[in-house]
Amino acid sequence: MNPKTIKWIIFVIVLSAIVLSVYFVSLDRGSFRDGVFVTTAAFLTLFIMSFLYKDNPYYKFAEHLFVGVSAAYWMTMGFWGTMVPNLVAKLWPGSVRGVLPALADKDPSLWFLIPLFLGIVLLMRLSPKGGWISRWALAFIVGTTAGLNLIRYLRSDFIQQVNNTILPLVDKTEAGISFWGSFSNIFIFVGVLCGLVYFFFSKEHKGFFGGAARIGILVLMLTFGAGFGYTVMARISLLAGRMTYLFGDWLGLIK
Amino acid sequence: MDFFEKISQLDRRWVYLFLAVVVVIAFLTRFDVPVTITTEVKSIYDRIESLNEGDKILIAFDYDPNALAELHPMSFAILEHCQRRGVKVIGVTLSQYGAGMAENILRTASGTYSDKIDRFREYNQGMFEKTNDNRYRDKTYKKDWEYGIDYCFLGYKPYPALVILGMGQNFRLYFPQDYYNTPLGELNIMQGVRNYDDIKLAIDITAGNTADFWLIYGNGRYGVPLALGLTGVMGADYYQYLQSGQIFGLIGGWKGAAEYETLVEFQGGKAQEGMPAQVVAHLTIILFIVLGNLGYFLSDRRKQATVTQQV
Repeated sequence: MNPKTIKWIIFVIVLSAIVLSVYFVSLDRGSFRDGVFVTTAAFLTLFIMSFLYKDNPYYKFAEHLFVGVSAAYWMTMGFWGTMVPNLVAKLWPGSVRGVLPALADKDPSLWFLIPLFLGIVLLMRLSPKGGWISRWALAFIVGTTAGLNLIRYLRSDFIQQVNNTILPLVDKTEAGISFWGSFSNIFIFVGVLCGLVYFFFSKEHKGFFGGAARIGILVLMLTFGAGFGYTVMARISLLAGRMTYLFGDWLGLIK
Repeated sequence: MDFFEKISQLDRRWVYLFLAVVVVIAFLTRFDVPVTITTEVKSIYDRIESLNEGDKILIAFDYDPNALAELHPMSFAILEHCQRRGVKVIGVTLSQYGAGMAENILRTASGTYSDKIDRFREYNQGMFEKTNDNRYRDKTYKKDWEYGIDYCFLGYKPYPALVILGMGQNFRLYFPQDYYNTPLGELNIMQGVRNYDDIKLAIDITAGNTADFWLIYGNGRYGVPLALGLTGVMGADYYQYLQSGQIFGLIGGWKGAAEYETLVEFQGGKAQEGMPAQVVAHLTIILFIVLGNLGYFLSDRRKQATVTQQV
């Protein structure tokens, strides 16, 4: 595409955005400023959706804009949400009086010099010669995270799940034996057992063992099927959400 | 090339276009889809229903704008229920873009959103009346849902695991002040609230891995009764926690949100409105899968027959 064509395309997009913003105002859906915001968002949605046809400069523009804005937002949130309250306010409380008054009158905590030091050390990764020093801070992060997660994951995602698989195969209620309760418990028991057999590779999947492994595959397929069904619903929800925005919020065709 | 062969080689862009058209038509035509209530959604409804007026719950709005279409409807429905029951809500977000979502939804639900685009009117058709100061007030309630008394928003803090652990000790550890820089001690709703022991339950409405952190740390470490509101993609992965009793309820995607809207008789709920589009889109996808597979098998059989003839 030559530069003249690109200029024309940009001119047409801007002009149509202004016209559509005026149309938005004419529908009594808000001010001209609202119209510009809503129209810009609608155009960006269309730019992103244009990728479904094929990769193109409009998609690239919207994608890069998103990445840039996200990075800037992340950085700002990181500074004001983490650095200022968790470090600056702890070491020099008086300096945050304007933004975090609740923390301004507390005593300085010199313990926070340690994370400050580790933070600086982590940045040494940018130095070609002193990069190895950053491993100290990384070792601290890895060690703490591993220690913190190990016990919790073990309890929440392993022991409690195993514990809950140990079920009575015959579900007795006050009214007698519950058929569906028993069926459900047996299904869970057999499903878990066969699923585990499928992932046991030290023995060849033949005979009874092979049969159990095949049932294990079936159980896995059922799980993937349920997951796929939910995924389709999620994607359609997102599509419907965007369509509602384009045809409802923007063009006012859907009430 | 016959019909089935053509179908099996159809350019995927036609499928996209067809789906988009079908979804738009479903929105334009509007027809009722019956919503059956599942026990996992009903149990959240029942739990909130059993709370007394003035009880406090924590809702974490841990999602970004990309999940707005899926999770905003369930957030609205739950807040609607809390308002009706007089249950107080402490809002928080552990997602980096969640602050905008949480603020939007809390202000909208509280009826104090004076934006001219009228998002609340969109979500709560007929539920609000316009006041002289250009705000909107709920018609069905005797009192306004007031910030600091009936609800509050603590804001966003990074590193969900640490924040959830910290809130288990004291909310003020990570949130000495709310999103609007008001010290928590000055908020009426936070009087007597120190940690999870002082709230009745927590609901995490999430599009990311914060659900795991709430499960591991919120429920596992501190035993806070937990329910999850999830995107459809995540739904199937969390049923095991429901079965194990680690969560007491689960709302999965639009379908779950539509169920909750039905339970609270929420007028103009987005999820209920979107159900026809869901049904039609699902039927379209099933149709394409069937046709694609038929095309594949028939053309495969024909090829085999041709090879046999040549031999």
